[in-house]
Amino acid sequence: MNELQTILNETCTRLFTDHATTAVLEGAEKGEWPGALWQALEENGLTLPQVPEARGGAGGSWNDAFVVLMAAGRFAAPVPLAETMLAASILAEAGLDVPMGPMTVAPVHIEEGLNLAQQGSGWTLSGRATRVPWGARAEHVVVVADGGGTPTVALVSGDSARAEADASLAREPRDTLQWSGAPVVAAAPLRGRLGPRPVWAGGALVRSAQMAGGLEFLLAQSVKYVTERKQFGRPLAAFQAIQQNLALLAGHTAAAAMAAQQAFHVVERTGDDGDPSFEIAVAKVRTGEAAGLGAGIAHQAHGAIGFTYEHSLHFVTRRLWSWRAEFGAESHWSVALGRAVSARGADALWPHMTAR
Amino acid sequence: MATFNFELSTLPPEAEALRDEVRTFLRQELAQYRGADRARSWGGFNRDFSRRMGERGWSGMTWPKKYGGHERSALERYVVLEETLAAGAPVSAHWVADRQSGPLLLRFGTEEQRQRFLPRIARGELAFAIGMSEPDSGSDLASIRTRAEKVAGGYRVNGTKIWTSNAHLSDYAIALFRTKVVPDKKHEGLSQFLVDLKSPGISIRPIIDLAGGHHFNEVHFQDCLVPDDMLVGKEGDGWKQVTTELGFERSGPERYLSSLQLVIELIREAGQEPGERAAALIGHFTAHLVTLRQMSLSIATMLQAGQNPNLEAAVVKDIGTTFEQEIPEAVHALIGAEPRVGSGSDFEKTLGYLVQHAPSFSLRGGTREVLRGIIARGLGLR
Repeated sequence: MNELQTILNETCTRLFTDHATTAVLEGAEKGEWPGALWQALEENGLTLPQVPEARGGAGGSWNDAFVVLMAAGRFAAPVPLAETMLAASILAEAGLDVPMGPMTVAPVHIEEGLNLAQQGSGWTLSGRATRVPWGARAEHVVVVADGGGTPTVALVSGDSARAEADASLAREPRDTLQWSGAPVVAAAPLRGRLGPRPVWAGGALVRSAQMAGGLEFLLAQSVKYVTERKQFGRPLAAFQAIQQNLALLAGHTAAAAMAAQQAFHVVERTGDDGDPSFEIAVAKVRTGEAAGLGAGIAHQAHGAIGFTYEHSLHFVTRRLWSWRAEFGAESHWSVALGRAVSARGADALWPHMTAR
Repeated sequence: MATFNFELSTLPPEAEALRDEVRTFLRQELAQYRGADRARSWGGFNRDFSRRMGERGWSGMTWPKKYGGHERSALERYVVLEETLAAGAPVSAHWVADRQSGPLLLRFGTEEQRQRFLPRIARGELAFAIGMSEPDSGSDLASIRTRAEKVAGGYRVNGTKIWTSNAHLSDYAIALFRTKVVPDKKHEGLSQFLVDLKSPGISIRPIIDLAGGHHFNEVHFQDCLVPDDMLVGKEGDGWKQVTTELGFERSGPERYLSSLQLVIELIREAGQEPGERAAALIGHFTAHLVTLRQMSLSIATMLQAGQNPNLEAAVVKDIGTTFEQEIPEAVHALIGAEPRVGSGSDFEKTLGYLVQHAPSFSLRGGTREVLRGIIARGLGLR
């Protein structure tokens, strides 16, 4: 982290400490919108860190976005921050202006498609998208849809769809949205650094940073717990078996952060003609694996208390189990990565790795 | 809580320019090498190769010119290390000296020792062994008993070192001896010495490994006289110095690349359009390789900045060696080819080499358990 990112991280930490409290997390699971948290994020320019100022953002970089999303993951922030950043980038890269307020993206499954139809000088949107994060809560939805044979980015208002509520393991909204000739606010042909499937690739990217942050929380929380909790007359931390497990958790945590950070760095560096899919795949695979292993170790260290609703560990572990499966699980991205590597041939593996 | 400090690093252009030069050199040097030869990774010992590395300025790269070094950056050195490892070059005749013996002398040695040894290491002419473990002192290194007693003109050494890789091929060792017995304070009274392995009073006995190879030795000292001018650093400071040396030993890319050749041979075996299971495994391996490389590079950047990344090095070595060991296991689970020695395809022989050598990856340079203890201390657990 450079100096500015260190300050950014401190700002985020302060803000989430104040506004992403256990009470807020519990309220969000019951359907309460954490308005104060969202407002604080917007006021501090943290919802659009990497979006150019000319498009309504904070004018920072994807590396800044990484810092903010790591912090959000650490605190299990129950707001569509990652989704808003992603939606905003897809708009801005296509040359469209970015509105304020919470946004989301659709469709989030690669096998689902939406259609745009020309109507007068504008477009209308039709189709169905399932498991849309915060679908019913978002003030705007950014979709990538088929616009008469051209992949097109379109902005629609949140109330343009009929919504059917559903939820993730962490009780975050994952709604089904149905559009039937809904008016489009703005549209432009798809382009930009996130490639031909920006929702899928960008979704994997932002989830990798959230997971890396979630793992940092698990490590810190586990260290704290085993230092305080005593059994057999000693803190749990005094037992080698515990030390070994937490050392392993530390390794996976560090690796997850590194993989995610590199992906954001490559996305930042990539221009319109670049392709960050290699590093995004690496990040989603590595953070997803670490999330599963890390959640297991953290729960083991916490014993029965960590398995209760009363203890706050689950706010992060349930999110990790949900995030690692969203926008392509390790199984999806490892096959994609393996095919790309194999197509280049065995002797290209090392040169490709070192040329990135 | 102290978190580990892995910053993203990018290599400067001069380091990348060097990469092409190293690759061209290695392509010529290793033209006859098959996959199974490359799988030996940093196990191969070839003095001619090491001398040619020295001729190109690729040993002692970061050291001052007045000691025969080349004053290049730690990141340029990193490129040379990772390229030689990725190619499976036979580096071990200069590896230890370049990695830890030379840097130790640079840090703690006398001016005379530096002038005497460093230029020859930089030329790739001197091979070093590491004299740490003893029959009763493995992970508990501070419990060593080999005595170096002060006598006129030097120290008289009695005792035994074990697992001394390449002692039978090397010129010198840097060894840790007990110069003073301090009751109940095993970390005190230790000192490091340069030992000429051809000295009278030293006998070297081979220890054959499970694959039939001879790398290990038992080095026996019987009234061996080590002259005064071979003491490294201060008498009694051995523990502090050896910890520094282990930091050098653990910080390089050799701690995650040992099984790279099997990943390459797996890709060759699976073909350009692999089935889903093979593709998934290749993707999984790639994700780990790319991430570990970034972490390893980050350590090189910390070294370049004069920081002490011992904790980060322990983290990379722990997850890196676990990954190196997972590779032959996962390849077995996927394909189930018989691991072979002597006969068989490159893929089968590479598998055969790595299946047999993988157990050593998490033993050499500090066991997994010791490293996790170091990481746990960094986390504040002990």
